[in-house]
Amino acid sequence: MVSLGHIFWSFLKIGAFTFGGGYAMIPLIEAEMISRRGWLSREEFYGQLAIAQSIPGPIALNTAVFVGYKTRGVKGAFAALVGVVIPSFVIILLIASFFAEFKDNSVVAAAFKGMRPAVVALIAAPLINMAKGMSWWKIALALAAATAIWLAGVSPVWFIAVGAVVGLAWSFRSEGATVGGAEESSRKPDDGKEVER
Amino acid sequence: MIYLQLFLSYLKIGFFGFGGGYAMISLIYNEVVVQNGWLTAAELADVAAISQMTPGPIAINCATYVGFEVTGNVWGSLLATIAVCLPSLSLMMLATHFYLRLRGNKHFEGTIAGMMPMMIGLILSSALMLFGVETFIDWKSWVIFLGCFVASVRKVNPIVLILLSAVVGIIIYI
Repeated sequence: MVSLGHIFWSFLKIGAFTFGGGYAMIPLIEAEMISRRGWLSREEFYGQLAIAQSIPGPIALNTAVFVGYKTRGVKGAFAALVGVVIPSFVIILLIASFFAEFKDNSVVAAAFKGMRPAVVALIAAPLINMAKGMSWWKIALALAAATAIWLAGVSPVWFIAVGAVVGLAWSFRSEGATVGGAEESSRKPDDGKEVER
Repeated sequence: MIYLQLFLSYLKIGFFGFGGGYAMISLIYNEVVVQNGWLTAAELADVAAISQMTPGPIAINCATYVGFEVTGNVWGSLLATIAVCLPSLSLMMLATHFYLRLRGNKHFEGTIAGMMPMMIGLILSSALMLFGVETFIDWKSWVIFLGCFVASVRKVNPIVLILLSAVVGIIIYI
């Protein structure tokens, strides 16, 4: 059984290094929970992400609650949540007290200039793995959704809702259901290889 | 009663903050700047900037910061932070409970499969939003970006990449 201390510590680490919002957490979770500790599978994690996005609240918190609850129930969810929140809570509290000095520090400013493009890369990189094995039209759909959210400022909630309804409707077609299934199985061999690496 | 007000406002932000991260900023703006006047728009922009530079979800960072600003003590911070976490905690536990039970069900899997391309689109859009002039200030930024992208696809530990890029930033930009 996974210990609560382990869950807490893992999420404390993740909370301390999640720069640039919830999605920056994805590579950290992959490295820590999937590859290193094997607490959850890649499919499980991606399925969870879809749910974390359709539930209100920060993605990072929702994901922490999912992993904690999945591994150790309610206690695990608490351990993960507290772990992921503590680093930002402590750091922001310190900054709120010394904001001016922090912002104008040239070493800090230089470090952040280096980190910002790195964060964008860390958010974009997992997309390569997620898109692997997806049909071209699904990738086109993803690109269209991204463009609409990015340029037109359409609320992401609508896309998630439409995706869920279309997926559900599709699953009621007896042959149609195999489309999703075939895709799942075609993705699995890839994931196996990645875990071994 | 400022503490109750703070608690209710952040509970609301937690409950209606769909899409996470930057999608939550407009909601936070409405509560913190328009409704309660706890911060000016410029101060909120500062908070967003700090959130970009510090680890953790922006909603948490903002709750901690505003809680401190409004009450002048740690308890205000703690209260606002707990309030913003409560909806996630309760709703996500419920969702996880059903997710783990419904897994394997044809219709549930179909629903998730339909959400997948949208999820990828959402993540991509948040990466695109960060492709601003502030993030990519010169060609060196692009070198860091490409290096980290390739390294991350090849499963180099992200914590290592963040620390490394901070060191590189200090060396080349100071």
